[in-house]
Amino acid sequence: MIPLGHYLIVSAILFAVGTAGVFLRRNLITILLSIEIMLNAVNLSFVAFGRSQGTVDGQIITFFVMTVAAAEAAVGLAIVIALFRHRESLNPDAFTSLKW
Amino acid sequence: MPDTVLFYVFSAVAVGASLLVIGQRNPMYSIMLLIASFGALSALYIQLDAPFVAMAQIIVYAGAIMVLFLFVVMLLNAPREDAAQWDRTHPLRHPGVTRFGAMLAVLLTVQLVWALLRVTDASAAVGERGDVAELTSVRTVGRVLFTDYMFAFEATSVLILVAMVGAVLLAAREEQR
Repeated sequence: MIPLGHYLIVSAILFAVGTAGVFLRRNLITILLSIEIMLNAVNLSFVAFGRSQGTVDGQIITFFVMTVAAAEAAVGLAIVIALFRHRESLNPDAFTSLKW
Repeated sequence: MPDTVLFYVFSAVAVGASLLVIGQRNPMYSIMLLIASFGALSALYIQLDAPFVAMAQIIVYAGAIMVLFLFVVMLLNAPREDAAQWDRTHPLRHPGVTRFGAMLAVLLTVQLVWALLRVTDASAAVGERGDVAELTSVRTVGRVLFTDYMFAFEATSVLILVAMVGAVLLAAREEQR
């Protein structure tokens, strides 16, 4: 059987990749995708911890994280569309003023 | 032993696809690679005796959320990142700052892996406790979800409603408000 630590290391690597994506990419859509990677990394560690404790609670929390991810994607993409309509750009550096 | 091999294969696919996601300039390719990463993750969930989570991962994440992303990318028709006219002048793009940030990121990763390797519980095999038939059954998941986590479940429905209203309001055209 695979040790718990290996799952946690995979989860940590995925989370680091997601964080790097948020900081390195200059595209709002890719930044949202990187946030999804981070949420999935946390999901993996929830399920691994739940399995190692022998309970289903990790799986349940994963469903809540998925719901939050769906809500975040819906609202985030609506904001992206609204911003793109104003500036014709997806570069976060293009959005420098609060009102225009 | 095949379990271990499969774990490493699917972990490598998940990490590699995620790395390619943030390496792409075209968001369309990023979304496709992220779907591959989610597929590998759902295989890991099956190894962790959570088949219902694995199916939800495929149906909800790859099937619904990623399709939403695809719709928006196609709708906006902006396949590439902009030319780096803002990037050059940005103060955070200074090479010294960039190198310092990269160093901090590597340091954080090393610390995390080091801390994980030192935890003694972490070397115990993951599937020793609990009854596998109990954990894999949707009946158990449903019972716990609708008893112990009832309040969180209802709060989630309010969250979904708020997100729906917010998305419609934000994406509506100005003159329609």
